[in-house]
Amino acid sequence: MTNTDTVIETRSLTRVYGKKENEFVALNGVNISINKGESVAILGKSGSGKSTLMHLLALLDKPSGGSVVIEGQDASKLPKKQVDRLRNDTFGFVFQQFFINANDTVLSNVILPLKIAGISRRERTRRGLEVLKAVDLLEKAKNKANNLSGGQKQRVCIARALINNPSIIFADEPTGNLDSQTGQKIEDLLFKLNKDKEITLIIVTHDDELAARCDRQIRIKDGSLIKEADTEKGVSSEVR
Amino acid sequence: MKFVDIIQTASSNMLRSKVRSFLTILAIFIGAFTLTLTNGIGAGVSSYLDNQLGNIGAEDMLIVTAQTSDPISSGPEEYDPDQSFAATGPISMQMIGTKDLEKIRDTDGILSVEPQITPAPDFIEGSNGKKFRITVQSHIEGINAEIASGKPLDANSSDHQLLVTKTYAETLGFTTESAVGKTVSIGVTSPANGQQIVEARIVGVLEQSLISSTAGGQSNTTLSQAIYDIQTTGLPESQKGQSPQVIARIAPDATEDEVQSIKDDLSELGFAGATLDDQIGIIKQVIDAIVLVLNFFAGIALLAASFGIVNTLFMAVQERTKEIGLMKAMGMRSSRVFTLFSIEAIMLGFWGSLLGVFLGMGVGKIINNVAADSFLKDFPGFELLAFPTTSIATIVLIIMTIAFLAGTLPARRASKKDPIEALRYE
Repeated sequence: MTNTDTVIETRSLTRVYGKKENEFVALNGVNISINKGESVAILGKSGSGKSTLMHLLALLDKPSGGSVVIEGQDASKLPKKQVDRLRNDTFGFVFQQFFINANDTVLSNVILPLKIAGISRRERTRRGLEVLKAVDLLEKAKNKANNLSGGQKQRVCIARALINNPSIIFADEPTGNLDSQTGQKIEDLLFKLNKDKEITLIIVTHDDELAARCDRQIRIKDGSLIKEADTEKGVSSEVR
Repeated sequence: MKFVDIIQTASSNMLRSKVRSFLTILAIFIGAFTLTLTNGIGAGVSSYLDNQLGNIGAEDMLIVTAQTSDPISSGPEEYDPDQSFAATGPISMQMIGTKDLEKIRDTDGILSVEPQITPAPDFIEGSNGKKFRITVQSHIEGINAEIASGKPLDANSSDHQLLVTKTYAETLGFTTESAVGKTVSIGVTSPANGQQIVEARIVGVLEQSLISSTAGGQSNTTLSQAIYDIQTTGLPESQKGQSPQVIARIAPDATEDEVQSIKDDLSELGFAGATLDDQIGIIKQVIDAIVLVLNFFAGIALLAASFGIVNTLFMAVQERTKEIGLMKAMGMRSSRVFTLFSIEAIMLGFWGSLLGVFLGMGVGKIINNVAADSFLKDFPGFELLAFPTTSIATIVLIIMTIAFLAGTLPARRASKKDPIEALRYE
């Protein structure tokens, strides 16, 4: 059952959109458990419910039934303020569309989570430069984010996701907007962080090649898990 | 998010669409500018009136007149042989006699009573030998008019002292400066002995003033009494010692309630008492009413401007939907998002009002200078517009409050944004 290494787990997670005759079950009783330092791919076609699952895992949405347990805490029982704090200091987000403020400098984009957390300017700058160095963008710190290439923009996003030393990084189609060569570099960077810093990596994708690089694949179809296979560890997780 | 960071973020957000923000600020600016000028006029005129009426030191004064009944509402009044009237042109004034004086003196709360006698000289003659008609006001202790040269009247002096206006000083053959210390002759007609001459010394020259511009001069008590004595010699006893108004002194620290009860007591005896504040009050009410109407127009301008703020911020919220979603996904609390947009609204109000207030003050200074050289030339010290710090600060604060209120609607919408929807938004 729940072992001490579990960072995030779901219990019969259900999400229903709409009401009565318009009711649509996006997620139907999903049970998954993800360990610390694991890299997991959530696979599925569009409309399968994979994005819904990621939103629920990242506490951006509230389940209609079941619960999400993060580091032993039932998220649905936490007050809103604490959920916000949890997202701020435990999670990192990398999106397909980057979501960076084009007119701001690279540095100020990267330090946004720390600004939200209320950390002092000096500390923000110090840690901002540190993560920019980690993604090899130190010399672009003062540049406007708009002047960067796609791959550089995604590296800014990764730096932003890294800055609060998260235990989990959620990546929604991180390579979807990049050419394969640049995409490869981004993937390398993400898996390197996964290995070196033991950051749990949860990637939503429909790219099988990327999924194959993960420790585990969670496949979703019509709101339910269809198969869970381990590529590396060879241990089959239970599917309930 | 720290408050400093919120302010900084809001301010850089405001500068993101410069033209739009500028136009909104301009709308607020117009309202603030108008408010500054209208309030400036109100404050300027009020402070001038306060100065002119020598408000300082005369709080213990109650001007008592005989109560005249209104013939329209109460019907014609029965004739009373004990009462006398002074007819001055079309206005007939009920006089207060010696008996009345005692009644007033015996009223609770009144410390002393002095009749205000009305000297009525025929002419005044200066160094150039020409005689001029003049109206002289008897000086009331505690009310000091502004003096251009010389010194104010000494109420306790046994000399005949006189203040004349600049115009009279020049007409009599002096200048404003040289008139001081000169002796003039005043002609008074006595009913018994015919015209007589009283000598008086000019101790000072009065500034031209809106309030006392009808009088050509002011006499001290001794001079007033001397003139009055001559003009009443030979009059029947019943007509002596009559004055249209008397000055009653009350305790300077009397509360409003105490003053009111004295007024009520006087009213029962058939007299009307008015403090200096009451008298200024009437003029002030008129000015306040005018300022209120002008402020109403400024208010309309501000109302229009507040819709501008609502519009600007709604557009900003729409444009920054993704950004708001991202910040919320990263753990920014809804209340902070609300604060962020509210601060932006308040900033628009702040800059608009600050610009308006400063430009309003600048234009006010120019108007004051122009006025001082033209239509207010004869009224030195009359600043048409005044800008007390408190009223300026109040204007800025009120406008910032209006801006905040206007901003709550868009700010609420921003804070309610669902991060998932916001991030999906194209």
